[in-house]
Amino acid sequence: MTQQDETLAVGKSLPKLENLEKVAGRAAYIADLVRPGMLHGAILGSPLPHARIKGYRLEAALAAPGVVAIVTGEDVGAGLMGAFIKDEPAIARGKVRYLGEPLAAVAAESEAEARAACRLIEVELEELPAVLTPEEGLAAGAPLLHEQLGDYIKIFDSGSEGNLCSRSLFEEGAVEEAWANCDLVLEEVYTTQAQAHVAIEPCGALAEVDQNGRVTLWSANQSVFRVQANVSESLSLPMSRLRCLTPHVGGGFGIKMEPHIQPITVALAMKAGRPVKLILSREEDFEITRARHPFRIRMKTGATEDGLLLARECEVLVDCGAYADDSPGVLGYSLLMARGPYRIANVKCHGKLVYTNKLRFGAYRGFGNPQVTFAGEQQIDEIARQLDLDPFELRRRNLPADGEPWFLGAEVASNGLAQCLDAVARVEPLAPAPLPGRRRGRGLAVNAHISGLLGTGAIVRMLEDGSIVLNTGATDIGQGSDTVLAQICAEALAVPLDMVRVASPDTDGSPFNWGTTASRVTYTTGRAVLGAAREVERQIKEQAGHILECAPDDLALLPGGRVGIRGTDREIPFAAVSGRAHWAAGGPIIGSHSLVFEQPTLDPKRAAALGLPFPRIGVFSFIACLVDVEVEEASGQVRVLEAWSAVDVGRAINPRLVEVQLEGAFVQGLGMALVEEMVWDGPRLANPTLMDYKIPTALDAPLDLHSIIIEAPEPDGPFGAKGAGEIGINPVAAAIANAVRDAMGFRLRDLPLSGERVLDAILAEEAGDAA
Amino acid sequence: MSGPVAFTLDLDGRSQAALAPADATLLTLLRDGLGNTGPKRGCNQGVCGACTVMIDGWPQRACLTLAASCEGKSVRTLEGYGKDPLMQSLQKHFAEGGAVQCGFCTTGMLISARRLLADDPDPSGDAVRAALSGNLCRCVGYRKIVEAVQDAAREAGK
Repeated sequence: MTQQDETLAVGKSLPKLENLEKVAGRAAYIADLVRPGMLHGAILGSPLPHARIKGYRLEAALAAPGVVAIVTGEDVGAGLMGAFIKDEPAIARGKVRYLGEPLAAVAAESEAEARAACRLIEVELEELPAVLTPEEGLAAGAPLLHEQLGDYIKIFDSGSEGNLCSRSLFEEGAVEEAWANCDLVLEEVYTTQAQAHVAIEPCGALAEVDQNGRVTLWSANQSVFRVQANVSESLSLPMSRLRCLTPHVGGGFGIKMEPHIQPITVALAMKAGRPVKLILSREEDFEITRARHPFRIRMKTGATEDGLLLARECEVLVDCGAYADDSPGVLGYSLLMARGPYRIANVKCHGKLVYTNKLRFGAYRGFGNPQVTFAGEQQIDEIARQLDLDPFELRRRNLPADGEPWFLGAEVASNGLAQCLDAVARVEPLAPAPLPGRRRGRGLAVNAHISGLLGTGAIVRMLEDGSIVLNTGATDIGQGSDTVLAQICAEALAVPLDMVRVASPDTDGSPFNWGTTASRVTYTTGRAVLGAAREVERQIKEQAGHILECAPDDLALLPGGRVGIRGTDREIPFAAVSGRAHWAAGGPIIGSHSLVFEQPTLDPKRAAALGLPFPRIGVFSFIACLVDVEVEEASGQVRVLEAWSAVDVGRAINPRLVEVQLEGAFVQGLGMALVEEMVWDGPRLANPTLMDYKIPTALDAPLDLHSIIIEAPEPDGPFGAKGAGEIGINPVAAAIANAVRDAMGFRLRDLPLSGERVLDAILAEEAGDAA
Repeated sequence: MSGPVAFTLDLDGRSQAALAPADATLLTLLRDGLGNTGPKRGCNQGVCGACTVMIDGWPQRACLTLAASCEGKSVRTLEGYGKDPLMQSLQKHFAEGGAVQCGFCTTGMLISARRLLADDPDPSGDAVRAALSGNLCRCVGYRKIVEAVQDAAREAGK
């Protein structure tokens, strides 16, 4: 493509900046860090799901070998943290609300001593009846998890009451009247399961406190600024006393966005007066961090016999777990996306989020979108079948026109979904299964996802020799944002990538970045980088104008770190410019830019919204996902043979990194679709190990994963780019379910589509045939 | 807790004196005792493969291996491959081919892949998948890892 040929760095599949460190085994993660005099922390988890804390007996534990300090709820003041509703203490205080919730933490000379001492702590608990499902939580007379819910700080109109954490209701058009005009109305209930993130690196933190009481905190995180905010809130410390840093991060997918054990680790270090490192075991990582929300979804869609979608209603019931965390956002976002990327004039999406005595559910790649898409895209597939329409054709008939807004009114400035559909429609027909006892099917699902949200900054500095340091505060969790942002910076300043170095996030020195979440870093932080680089360009030209005795407007940046007068051979290197700036006139060259995403989610003239957690949301990426499966009739096992994901990312700054996002997301979605499920035995998570909770291995993932990049440029995106991090997972479970329907003739509405479930359906069909 | 045991092993080609509790794992000895943090602790249960090292020529889970049981044995971590051309080729293709995301599984993947190439200089995709099926990755989706191993094998075969 000519557009890409004209660029120096953007659009090129350059290797990630830190890969040589990683393949050498030298990249340091949180568990690899060591500080002088460092202690090790361990946690005592609650044996009960719901109880009042009556008292602690710490004497035996304090006398145990190696023990230096113990922290309980009595040590952490009255602070509460939470992104939407401030309901969560640093460590259980007064009450415990889920089994495994940290009741106490120990700092000792070794991890083994800390863990041994935890077993010597006695906590007197008065057991309370537990709420284990959202339905139980909403029942009259249900035990309350948060008696003080009314007093908590809430950042939006959440409607919290009883065990109802939040509720949202969004409506456009007149749904109730529209059903009468439909020739076909489908209404079904779908359920989705709790999925664990399973970043291969467990969560951990390391804190130390200096003589002024100032805390330095390293942790596995997706945002040093969210770490800072959460520790500040939960321990009632001023932000200026907290310096938050990040080593390399071993994967996130949402689990490391909001706090895990950073507040407890800081409390231990403050009490011990020595550095403390606390690394969760895999079991603890399963039991006490967070997971994908289980949804119960009632989806109703109506169409004319010509296949025009007229109305949709989506009602969800969502398990929040014990603390709000990001859940109100997940509820609201799922409802915002439940219409799907279609023109449907009459839409009502509403739902409830209910506290239960389970670990908090929270942000997980897709943020509620995979759940509602599992329901919505199966229903679209079913409508196509019942109307005898090609599934591509039904979707094409309902695509919005250019310029049509999203559900509720958000602007959609770029939409490449039609090209995405075209790209996967070109795939050759599926061959029938070569072996008896196996059946094959193909499934399609489409989806949209935002990239955007909240505040971001960037600082671009030129060093004396003309090389560049980029500082954004965005945590690279392995997806390659450092590299992508450096590519944007290098492109803007026409320098080779190796002239740009990326500073590690540091709340003392980096500009604010809300976080590596919401598929937002390339789009929002990329815009900030571009703005900061433009300011550096302006300063370069001002300096060069003095040196070359010309007007800045006559100058152009030249490839390789040079600036010259247009149409002449008069040029100088950046080193000359930067030298003058540092030593003679003008001052060192520093460009900065910051922004907050400002386009409204809601157009009040168009739609009504109650409990809208994101008043300004983002720009839209699109995907069409096609999957071929083979089902083994004897076992019910579903195998994905081949898959195609065509994704409109606006502009692929680094195409290979986009491909990896799509492939990794597909395989994580495959796990969600077919095998992964957190299972509770009463209040106890029954499978908190990788032995019992299986994620896809190299043998489960198809090698034939095809990523097709579509570029419908976003007008204000950096070089047209928008997000790619999450969207790849959203349609996967729906596409696989549609493929199973195609293969088997029956439709499964509960995730995961395990061999057991599929086999049960096969046997039920056979029994039905025999009867 | 058991008392410490003194023993000697061959670590990355050098004789290494070690002192570890009898119940300490090789992973704990390497990471906490000897400062070799290439092997990662992902599950401590022998499932994820992030702690994979070579013991007497076989890929093993350091988290399931008692440190003291390595007395007199040869333990090889990623550090020990030095200028090994096959490992260097694997590292290059992992780094350049998009096979590295968060990197937490990477050292274990490389060791399992290097062992495969010792047996099979031109592995099929399915052979690579089988050889790496004990190394979990949550980021990449495996395809680019398999391709990197095959690319490294092809380059070495030239």
